[in-house]
Amino acid sequence: MTQASSFRSIMLSPAQAEGARVMGICNSCRYCEGFCAVFPAMERRLDFKSTDMDYLANLCHNCGACYHACQYAPPHEFALNVPQAMAKIRKESYAYYAWPSALGRLYQRQGFALSLALVLAFAVTMFVANALIGSTAVQGQLSFYAVMPHETMVLLFGSVFLFAILAMTIGAIRFWREQAVPTQAGAGKESLAAIASLRYLDGGGDGCVEQSDAPSLARRHLHHATFYGFMLCFASTSVATLYHYGFGWKAPYDFLSLPVILGTLGGLLMCLGTAGLLMLRFRRDPRLGDPEQFPMDVGFICLLFLVAFTGLALLVLRDTSAMRASLIIHLATVMAFFLLMPYSKFVHGLYRGLAILKHQREQKSPNPLGLAEG
Amino acid sequence: MLDVLVIGGGNAALCAALVAAEAGAKVMLLESSAREERGGNSIHTRNIRCMHDEPQDVLTDAYPEDEYFEDLLRVTKGITNEALARMVIRQSSNCRSWMRQHGVRFQPSLGGTLHLSRTNAFFLGGGKALVNAYYRSAERLGIQIRYQSPVVGLECKGNRIVAALIGEPSAADRDDVRADWPVRERIEAKSIVIASGGFESNIPWLTEAWGEAAANFRIRGCRFNRGRVLRQLIDAGAQAIGDPTQCHAVAIDARAPLYDGGIVTRVDCVSLGIVVNTAGERFYDEGEDFWPKRYAIWGRLVAKQAGQLAWSVIDSQAHGRFMPPVFPGEEAQSLPELARKMNVPVEPFMKTIETYNDAVVPGHFDHAVLDDCHTKGLTPSKTHWALRLEKPPYRAYPLRPGITFTYLGVKVDEDAKVLGFDNVYAAGEIMAGNVLGQGYVAGIGMTIGTIFGRIAGAQAASHASRDHAPS
Repeated sequence: MTQASSFRSIMLSPAQAEGARVMGICNSCRYCEGFCAVFPAMERRLDFKSTDMDYLANLCHNCGACYHACQYAPPHEFALNVPQAMAKIRKESYAYYAWPSALGRLYQRQGFALSLALVLAFAVTMFVANALIGSTAVQGQLSFYAVMPHETMVLLFGSVFLFAILAMTIGAIRFWREQAVPTQAGAGKESLAAIASLRYLDGGGDGCVEQSDAPSLARRHLHHATFYGFMLCFASTSVATLYHYGFGWKAPYDFLSLPVILGTLGGLLMCLGTAGLLMLRFRRDPRLGDPEQFPMDVGFICLLFLVAFTGLALLVLRDTSAMRASLIIHLATVMAFFLLMPYSKFVHGLYRGLAILKHQREQKSPNPLGLAEG
Repeated sequence: MLDVLVIGGGNAALCAALVAAEAGAKVMLLESSAREERGGNSIHTRNIRCMHDEPQDVLTDAYPEDEYFEDLLRVTKGITNEALARMVIRQSSNCRSWMRQHGVRFQPSLGGTLHLSRTNAFFLGGGKALVNAYYRSAERLGIQIRYQSPVVGLECKGNRIVAALIGEPSAADRDDVRADWPVRERIEAKSIVIASGGFESNIPWLTEAWGEAAANFRIRGCRFNRGRVLRQLIDAGAQAIGDPTQCHAVAIDARAPLYDGGIVTRVDCVSLGIVVNTAGERFYDEGEDFWPKRYAIWGRLVAKQAGQLAWSVIDSQAHGRFMPPVFPGEEAQSLPELARKMNVPVEPFMKTIETYNDAVVPGHFDHAVLDDCHTKGLTPSKTHWALRLEKPPYRAYPLRPGITFTYLGVKVDEDAKVLGFDNVYAAGEIMAGNVLGQGYVAGIGMTIGTIFGRIAGAQAASHASRDHAPS
């Protein structure tokens, strides 16, 4: 850990200090109040501590609307840039809350992390597949489990997946414990609705800004395609697991079976969504984010695309001699994705979801401040 | 040849350009700033005051024409042209659908501005978001937009202005209002709309009315309102309107930047404490009325103090009760220590505090109403929210006059035509004095700019289409 981040829990890091400076000025202005959840959350505070900044930064969806609307944006001497200040704190917070802490530094080197995960995943998948190939009869039509027996696959992927879930759960608990969240339960429904609809990724209605100040809903739609595509793929795997253990039906499944329909639809949506998001990311005005996060964003989107694309390729090639190679490639990308889940952009959904839950609970509690009209 | 040349790049100019282009005119807009600083003082605005007879989307209840006009009469003390004022008020009731068509979006009043929820429609994202939406719309309509194009001269022929001369400021004299910039380009047009604002950013000009005190003023808006075009128009024979010495001045934090401090530099704790000058003496009733109704007199009050500097002093009872200030106050555990930090002589300051504290009559403090906390036998008195200053830590915020806009403008008729000219129209701050002779009521600047901007654009386009003069 860097020196800055080790002191982070007791004092503001430089990125948080900049965020607190920006919020101090925003709090005297409030013109952006209608854009998203960040500004109403800010208005419930008069000073901004380390935990407040982590909360506000993760509440920010980086839509960019406030940058172009800001009368104090550069070249003004106040030089306010809310989206960039928040992006920098967000990345720091991912590393800070990561478990084990030492792996948090992977956020500083996402290109390296991505390559490492891919290489590792390939090596393991190839090794396991090759080690078993001799013991399996290779004749006639190959089944997936001739390449890798189902039990091996479950053991291998299940353990990596469970580790990822454990790591992210610990990260989430660390984040939640530092936040003084209003204790009354509830607001779960509002939070889920805000997450599922990406309510705050719309710049107050007309959408995010990308290369100019013109708002567009493209990013929200593409994110929906990616997210719901991902969920369909997850549903496909769940149904397949049920088929396997519940009914004893073994993969590969028919083209018109539920797992294949869900997976195909999900894969197509993910490919479309991630390709579009990638295009937007390249076009985006670099001032609206932290330039250092470009590898993290692009790497994560590419990995998601690879997972979806290799899955679709496997479906097309599964009855050909390229099945074995395409299965190994797909399994390796999935493995790399699982390995990276807790140490990549994937966690943005986790901390943002928690920040939204906190925000919805705050909105249900009375405002602690009673300010005179100004 | 151009049909309509719009001089200025803020709200009124954009409204004029958009309406003229919608009418089919070939339009060019000249903005003196660079693209990043475009929009004049409109970028610092946040709402528009609108008449309405029943609740309208973001506007609650009703705000009828007569009440609106009475509000205007009260702040202007009758210095208004009733026919023009009522026309503006009536048209404010239905201008917002047009604004929406051009990408402007509205929201209910912001936190801390509930007192405006009935009368004022707030722009989502504020005035800069509105300006950006209008520029995008202008680009779509094919309006030619020239940035960094300050107009340094108007070419007159009889009662017509036939061309505008664009100057070329060098980087070195960008801020020198007296610099004689060389002419870069001459642009002809059939009709001219002038929406180039007032002269509040021209400190030498302010000095003519305010003397050396003007050197201590801060300009709340942009650095580009130098009044060059206003002066040329008056020199060319336009009738002036509005007191040439007057400007809208509020008390803002003395540490505000010279230009573009905007909304955040306001100091909202005046009514919660006392205000002293650099001699440590009080000079006005801080609790006369609710702060939003009184903040506009404090610019003038502070301008009359030595060095144009005063201090708003509060104790911990006021902390966290007012809109957060952008700069932290001077803070001290004792009042003498605070006086030293303020660089105010300790003895007279302590005498002021003791006299004030002794005069405070106990009451029930409530900053949401005109409460009964006041002083007795004190001159000047504090008539509401008077609490003894006795609970440390104490804080002090320095105040200076912050100039919002100037009142001097040119006289126009109901077609926005500048009297005495055949093809010249005016909109926005440069003619606001026709309606707003003095004072201010929140959001009316944007109303005047929007309504007169639209009229000027329509009339300029119509004039150009009738114009068959040889080019």
